[in-house]
Amino acid sequence: MDKLDNKLVLSELENRFRGSFVVLGEPHGLLTVSVEEDIITDFLVFVKDHPKLRFNYLTDITAVHYPTEEKDFCVVYHVHNMLHNVRLRIKVFIAGPMPTIPSATSLWNGANWMERETYDFFGIVFEGHPDLRRILNMDELDVFPMRKEYPLEDPNRVDKKDFYFGR
Amino acid sequence: MSNPITKITPNAAVYFDNDPQDELITLNIGPTHPATHGVFQNVVQIDGERIVSGVSTIGYIHRAFEKIAEHRPFYQITPLTDRLNYCSAPINNMGWHMTVEKLLDIEIPKRVQYMRVIVMELARIADHIICNGILGVDTGAFSGFLYVMQEREFIYEIFEEICGARLTTNIGRIGGFERDFNEVAFQKISEFLKRFPPVLKEFENLFVRNRIFIERTSGVAAVTPEEALSYSWSGPILRATGVDYDVRVVAPYCSYEEFEFDVPVGTKGDVYDRFMVRNDEMWQSLRIIEQALDKIAKEPSGVFHADVPAFYLPPKEQVYTNMEALIYHFKIVMGEWETPQSEVYHAVEGANGELGFYMIHDGGRSPYRLHFRRPSFINYQMFAPMSSGMLISDAILNMSSLNVIAGELDA
Amino acid sequence: MSKVTLAEAPPGVEGSGFFATTLDKAIGLARANSLWPLPFATSCCGIEFMATMGSTYDLARFGAERPSFSPRQADMLLVMGTIAKKMAPVLRQVYVQMAEPRWVIAVGACASSGGIFDTYSVLQGIDEIIPVDVYVPGCPPRPEAILDGVLKLQDIVKNESLNRRNTPEYKALLEKYGIITDNGNG
Repeated sequence: MDKLDNKLVLSELENRFRGSFVVLGEPHGLLTVSVEEDIITDFLVFVKDHPKLRFNYLTDITAVHYPTEEKDFCVVYHVHNMLHNVRLRIKVFIAGPMPTIPSATSLWNGANWMERETYDFFGIVFEGHPDLRRILNMDELDVFPMRKEYPLEDPNRVDKKDFYFGR
Repeated sequence: MSNPITKITPNAAVYFDNDPQDELITLNIGPTHPATHGVFQNVVQIDGERIVSGVSTIGYIHRAFEKIAEHRPFYQITPLTDRLNYCSAPINNMGWHMTVEKLLDIEIPKRVQYMRVIVMELARIADHIICNGILGVDTGAFSGFLYVMQEREFIYEIFEEICGARLTTNIGRIGGFERDFNEVAFQKISEFLKRFPPVLKEFENLFVRNRIFIERTSGVAAVTPEEALSYSWSGPILRATGVDYDVRVVAPYCSYEEFEFDVPVGTKGDVYDRFMVRNDEMWQSLRIIEQALDKIAKEPSGVFHADVPAFYLPPKEQVYTNMEALIYHFKIVMGEWETPQSEVYHAVEGANGELGFYMIHDGGRSPYRLHFRRPSFINYQMFAPMSSGMLISDAILNMSSLNVIAGELDA
Repeated sequence: MSKVTLAEAPPGVEGSGFFATTLDKAIGLARANSLWPLPFATSCCGIEFMATMGSTYDLARFGAERPSFSPRQADMLLVMGTIAKKMAPVLRQVYVQMAEPRWVIAVGACASSGGIFDTYSVLQGIDEIIPVDVYVPGCPPRPEAILDGVLKLQDIVKNESLNRRNTPEYKALLEKYGIITDNGNG
């Protein structure tokens, strides 16, 4: 079996998805590509089941908020081929205020809570998720706290006077 | 002995007990149940003593680490990582330092890497001691726990000697350690290597071939490798199913490739196998520490950090007396050094599995986005689905053997 | 010689065959040396509490031998670790379920003040929802510090009026927290 490396991954991706994905670079050796949200499920199925690529371990799903960009949310998937120790980072840029993306729960059971966490923090709606509820925060919370516009500190605090902090 | 899991169903909504014809009982376990060793809530439906289905609710100590990290400079994020998995805080500290060093392309001297290996392996032993000791307590064997807790106190003494703290250590800085290990620390580490094996052996003798322990654990909560991988399990519980995935071997960091150690794996993925994998890992950690001490002896002494004044905080006494150190200190604290705009994912083998740090940096004082891949969070999501069909007592053992740490679960 | 150390007797009148002291003092002594802790451990401090209960530090020496996981049978609520807002109602309910007399120790920075977690999701100190008797500083406090906190509480318990639950100050305090006290005799 050939040693899998980023070049090989890229050529396999080119064969199948030519023109519908963008290579964002290889920061610290980790190949990063970006795809559109309408083909993300196909893309994940492809990299998971392809006999050469076999990125069949979902390391993580998370998101990033870029309030100044036009597509202001980015969902980041890390997938891993354990045999060759090659990782692949897949980014999907989507636009708010309630961005939607297909769920990966049909591929990996483990995606369930990762997507719930991402929904909880960023309000990204994963379509087809069996149970998309808040997971870490209180159910009553009506904002998505990891979005950049929300403050870290509790705005309702009354004991914190600005003059104690020289502000 | 309970049935192995036949079918894994996804989480459903929390139940309502409003059907008078229903013969199932809804039982709420947690969030502060003594048997769960942490704040997890599980609402289960039971038929007699057998769990029919369950729903986990988590987030009871959600502390918004990721949001805090967006507002703190790198060196102030280290104390946050302490509080992720507080049973093995040094591994988190080191993982975070290595993530930043990877971002900044800092080369770490060999001696420092070996020192880090020692600290991380001690932490791994401390963590596994708690997990296996508590598993023993949950099966009704209290004395083993007390034996090994003594040794854990000794590990904490070593940490105290190295950094001054016991539990949430905040060990090290970006670029190395804040000070060299002193003589006493080295002595204590050597002493630990001598005094721990007999205790661990005795602990093993209490459990490994103990009929009661085997009856309680063998075959309980057996998981196939396919299920485990589908749920993105990692760490000892994944290895107990027979998958030999260990970040230390697959993607070595901190010169782990130079060390000789085995990766213990199980066959059935049940509670007994998890116990054995953790137990064997403690022996392997001892081997690694021994080798690391030998390697340190061969390196030039007195090196305890990389020569990167732009990122390594100077010692406080120099800050007060030395102009240059003061300038460096000021510039680091104010975040005035150029840092690359990049993103980095770094994974270390935490005590519970792959602990990953995903950082997006925009060149500012603090990370633009920092995400922790927390093994406890990802491992725990299988708990409720896999509990269906189990006895309550077995589910409790299963939870102990997953070693879910609330701080890491909820971040 | 016996290894059992006896608690120091309260001041009183002593003669041959008798010892007289006030009921308050005698009961206070008994209470102080048989506090049943309810460990409400959520995070790091809970691990240090494990060490405190363990063989090296051994909280049991001070009469707190039996951790009572049922609030109904506990005297001393030890809140150890961060209390998130999601957890706050649970903690409050546990406190309300405890029978009088009840005391609370806030162990660690998080329970005392929120600690380093000044965030939207963390309660900034448990004294926002329940009254606290002793605060133990540290992040996490060393086991010695937790022991010290328990000893401080023993002092409080020894010198407290037996009838604290019916005093207007205590009732006002609980009312401030919105906890209704109706124990039938007040």
